[in-house]
Amino acid sequence: MRFNPTNSGVTTTQLSFIQRRLHVDLTLLTPLLLLSAFGLIVLYSAFGAQIDQVDKQLIRLGIAFGVLFTIAQIPPRQLRYWAPWFYGFSLLLLLSVLLFGTAGGGAKRWLDLGVARFQPSEMMKLALPMVLSAVLGARALPPHWGRLAISLLLIFVPAGIIAIEPDLGTALLVSLSGLSVLFLAGLAWWMIFTMIITVAASAPLLWFCFLHDYQRERVLTFLDPTRDPLGTGYHIIQSKIAIGSGGLYGKGWLNGTQAHLSFLPEQHTDFVFAVLAEEFGLIGVILLLALYFMVIARGLHIASHAQNNYGRLLAGNIVLTFFIYFFVNIGMVSGLLPVVGLPLPMISYGGTSMVTLLAAFGMLMSIHTHRRLWVS
Amino acid sequence: MPWSHLNDHAHDIGIIRRRLAVTLLGMLVLACGLISRLSYLQIFNHQHYTTLSKDNRLRLQAIPPSRGLIYDRNGMLLAENRPSFRLVLVPEQVKNLHATLTDLTRLVKLRPTDLERFQALLEQSPSFQEIPLKFELPEVEVARFAVNRQRFPGVEVKARLTRYYPQGEIAVHALGYVGRINERELGQADPTQYQPSSHIGKTGIERYYELLLHGTAGLEHQETSALGRIIRTLSHRAPTPGRDLYLTLDLRLQRIAENALGNHSGAVVALDPRNGEILALVSKPTYDPNLFVNGISLEDYKHLQTNRDKPLFNRSLRGQYPPGSTIKPFVGLAGLETGVRQAHDTIYCPGHFSLSGSSYRWYDWKRWGHGRMNFKQAIAQSCDVYFYKLAYDLGIDAIHDALARFGFGQSTGIDLNGELPGLLPSRRWKRRAKGEPWYPGETVITGIGQGFLLVTPLQLAYASALLANRGRPIVPHLGRASRAPGQNTLSPLPLPHPPRAALALKAPEHWERVKEAMVAVVNARHGTAHRVGEGANYVIAGKTGTAQVFGLDHAAEEHTGDNALSKHLHDHALFIAFAPISDPCIAIAVVVENGGSGGAVAGPIARQIMDAWLTG
Repeated sequence: MRFNPTNSGVTTTQLSFIQRRLHVDLTLLTPLLLLSAFGLIVLYSAFGAQIDQVDKQLIRLGIAFGVLFTIAQIPPRQLRYWAPWFYGFSLLLLLSVLLFGTAGGGAKRWLDLGVARFQPSEMMKLALPMVLSAVLGARALPPHWGRLAISLLLIFVPAGIIAIEPDLGTALLVSLSGLSVLFLAGLAWWMIFTMIITVAASAPLLWFCFLHDYQRERVLTFLDPTRDPLGTGYHIIQSKIAIGSGGLYGKGWLNGTQAHLSFLPEQHTDFVFAVLAEEFGLIGVILLLALYFMVIARGLHIASHAQNNYGRLLAGNIVLTFFIYFFVNIGMVSGLLPVVGLPLPMISYGGTSMVTLLAAFGMLMSIHTHRRLWVS
Repeated sequence: MPWSHLNDHAHDIGIIRRRLAVTLLGMLVLACGLISRLSYLQIFNHQHYTTLSKDNRLRLQAIPPSRGLIYDRNGMLLAENRPSFRLVLVPEQVKNLHATLTDLTRLVKLRPTDLERFQALLEQSPSFQEIPLKFELPEVEVARFAVNRQRFPGVEVKARLTRYYPQGEIAVHALGYVGRINERELGQADPTQYQPSSHIGKTGIERYYELLLHGTAGLEHQETSALGRIIRTLSHRAPTPGRDLYLTLDLRLQRIAENALGNHSGAVVALDPRNGEILALVSKPTYDPNLFVNGISLEDYKHLQTNRDKPLFNRSLRGQYPPGSTIKPFVGLAGLETGVRQAHDTIYCPGHFSLSGSSYRWYDWKRWGHGRMNFKQAIAQSCDVYFYKLAYDLGIDAIHDALARFGFGQSTGIDLNGELPGLLPSRRWKRRAKGEPWYPGETVITGIGQGFLLVTPLQLAYASALLANRGRPIVPHLGRASRAPGQNTLSPLPLPHPPRAALALKAPEHWERVKEAMVAVVNARHGTAHRVGEGANYVIAGKTGTAQVFGLDHAAEEHTGDNALSKHLHDHALFIAFAPISDPCIAIAVVVENGGSGGAVAGPIARQIMDAWLTG
């Protein structure tokens, strides 16, 4: 972008002092902080009113917000420059997981760094949209065949590696997140439908050749939880009981019997939504969704006001991925979707996903606060 | 160039913004989908899931009530509840399990089987659940542990009440026993009152008065976690103990009756003819009911089952014997009542009896004959020929009707389960049961209590009581009164069923004829039981009986040893009696299996019991 005072094709917004100097967008930060607070309240209950676990989560939140502020200081240009390197590094880590990773629950997902174990697939969740936005944003939209092919390669290589681990859920989410960049970049509708039809047609092949038994079991149990009421189906049955028994107003904070009497599985991580729905009822659920949509609204605003295609695509993708995360999690806990290991954004207990998420929101703030307004 | 670039720029913005708008629309639609799903769960199916959630966490725990005690008529304890101690350990409260177990073995004797069971349970149970280390702790060990208790946090002695029968084998066939409820009983029982671990009356009084003795279970509403740990008790309703039961049985008399029967197999039933109260109910051999309370060992049970004398068999209600000559007073009375005989009519007894036109002879027990016999003499000396002829003259149907009035062939309806009705034959019965006509010879032997006729000791005692009280309606019963827990007032128990209609004779003086004759049995010089009445300071009326054992199958089994064979083919000795004659207050039936002669074996047993009751 070059300085051009005559151009006013794009609406301008005034940057506040905080935005300009601290690179923090309060309109985005406020719902994020509210969500964190809500999350801590729910976790306190999910942990049986024990404060020490909540303290840990508070520290993690602090770190994650630190990451957010740090990334927000980095100009988008810089991020775009780093994107290929970051992507390459993430890919390398993914490959090393395949070679040296530690197994957990039947799948190699973790890389043991001595001090901490972490999932390189988390990193890829950030790196892939960054590099795709950079690749697609560098030329006019919609992308032409060459870039499309490169983009698909960039998406399916890491997705394939993650699928081999195997972590089908994450592979699916990473692909979805990558494809969403293509979607935002204006991929023709006929191509989109062709892809969907191709995937649907190849589903039986996937089912019989690539799925592990436990993954097939998950899907089957999703279709009929009573198949295995004490095994995999137990999670869904119990979380539906928790949600349903919450009713409109909920059983009240710390009064969720399903959660407190440990009928709920994974009640601080993937199934924390059930605790929330049991204790705060439909009202609490709507409050949560309202906060999520405040984030989404602000994100979409940032995306549509970003200065270049890179910023627009990245911001739009971050928003869309955020939506996919909470939609899939809530859908899974309420029995709409099969069980995939996916935390509820901003609420679930755990560090890695929180850091990834807030790093992404850091980029969102960076995109928004580093605009040069005389061009806008 | 810059313009085209800017146009491209605007074009790109257009593309992305349109896609962002589509995205927002899609997200809103999907969010609406989520909200409708959650409304479906939380609003429309709220009730359903609330119920499921309650079912998940709420548990009803029945608290067993303590069982009512059982006393005899004088307040002597027959069945009580005793604490039985068990040593339990809660794993999560024990710091060092191994050290604790080692220390415990110094105080309490732990067998290897105890430790094995403990280890097995330890692996299966959640750590908050108490695990039994040892059952039936002796009191010495309880005391030793109590002193050292502070050294063993997480280890406790728990007491539980178990049924105990302090009198052991005495009166076991009347009292019965409790045992762990079985599947069938559980299916029939009130599920709020019984759990799979409950005890229930299995036989005897314990079974018949189960509802009364059991009481009402308390109820505890518990909130439990997914693992079953009790989080809190939401409500508690204390159990109501069962009612104490007072029996008509007299422990002293029961003991004397059991001792009097000695090592014989047999039965004694003594009751009060004025009101039907059972004073003693003996069936021998007996067994120890305490074996059954917490589950009898296989070995013990096998022992009881295979014992050829069948200790578990309640002879007093279920033993069906030919009555032998004890039936004669009743047949005789039928003769008087129907007018077939007058009391003063005499029959000549040559020692045998034949039907006209037949050469078959039925012999009298006295082969050379009794000579001329009137009613009283025929009963006193138990003349068979007199009754052969009388029975023949009466005909089987008249005998059947007359005996039915005394309750033969039907249950007395005592408050115990499993009573058998005996067998009172008739033309109709034989046609139906065997498909054969009735033969006159069968009538003849029915007159002396042989043939098809079968009676239980209880029926005999009941019929004797009817003779004693001149047909006043009574119902034999064991339950006398019950008492609410913690109270002093006894409330009488209702009779097990309403009494039958009074037994009215056409000529009431016939009662006197029968009684005179039965007094003569015991007191006349030629009476078959004249020794039984010797030296008594009250007047006894009685009748001996000796029933042949139709034991051809026995004989076939037992051809190995002559002694064993003869013992099992010995006649059953029977005796019925009531006393004192002026105002009878005890009626007795004694059956001694393979005892031989009624007068010599069964009579003295009855005498001992009457002595104890009337003079003791």
